[in-house]
Amino acid sequence: MAKIVVDVMLKPEILDPQGKAVAAALPRLGFTFAKDVRQGKRFEIEVDGDPTPAQLAEVEKAAEKLLSNPVIENFTVRVEK
Amino acid sequence: MKIGVVTFPGTLDDRDAARAVRHAGGEAVALWHNDADLHGVDAVILPGGFSYGDYLRCGAISRFSPVMEPIIDAAHGGMPLLGICNGFQVLAEAHLIPGALTRNHELHFLCRDQNLTIENTNTSWTSSYSQGQEILIPLKNGEGAYMCDDETLKMLEGEGRIIARYVGENPNGSRNLIAGITNERGNVVGLMPHPEHAIDSLTGPSADGLGFFTSVLKALVK
Repeated sequence: MAKIVVDVMLKPEILDPQGKAVAAALPRLGFTFAKDVRQGKRFEIEVDGDPTPAQLAEVEKAAEKLLSNPVIENFTVRVEK
Repeated sequence: MKIGVVTFPGTLDDRDAARAVRHAGGEAVALWHNDADLHGVDAVILPGGFSYGDYLRCGAISRFSPVMEPIIDAAHGGMPLLGICNGFQVLAEAHLIPGALTRNHELHFLCRDQNLTIENTNTSWTSSYSQGQEILIPLKNGEGAYMCDDETLKMLEGEGRIIARYVGENPNGSRNLIAGITNERGNVVGLMPHPEHAIDSLTGPSADGLGFFTSVLKALVK
């Protein structure tokens, strides 16, 4: 069974207060590596068998219509085995 | 005049919105999210709350509920439509107004009385106010930061489509202190603070919110 993964991230120019809060919490715990943190959403969609190009095109449509808000977010679609 | 007030699962402020309509002299008609019939209403209010638990994004799932189809059609045809708080988020998700509402910049849920200035009195929902009038109504939201790109912001400013702005310190990180905007035609208004909670001094901080509801009744008589 394959998984179609849709990652949704706020566009770079949109303020991400959640990511900022995480970035501020990390150094408090001794993790000093982060210059910046952005937080997003990940959707895992299970399908039977290998996803067909037609299925992927449908997922793209769904990602644009429902899973993301194109006004403030970008998304990527990929297949994970 | 019949004003529909939509109840989605998780809507909180439908009763206050209906009460505000009656207080202004209109007839409030309850509309149900799963019923794609507007029951002959002349205008619609999408009230505040946490429709569908704010899952996915605020307003993202409500926007596709059956009642929204005829509402969107009617709004395109000029029917007055007011989205308050969560309703504003639904309007943005439905792309009836530009931009989007995102998490408050300080991440805290806000609940307080807020001063606003009314900046456009030519919409279906703001004609009872005077230009530049300052009003005090409650603000209560977690995702009330109005966001849009620079081009949209310039357009909103240039066309006078910002109907209300926060006075004083920016409460939630909204661009240009935007509390409410309208569409090009002026029949659709999205507003983050809550006029329905300020219609008399017994139950609200003022009666300043009543003007939104008297405005639409005036607009419908015309």
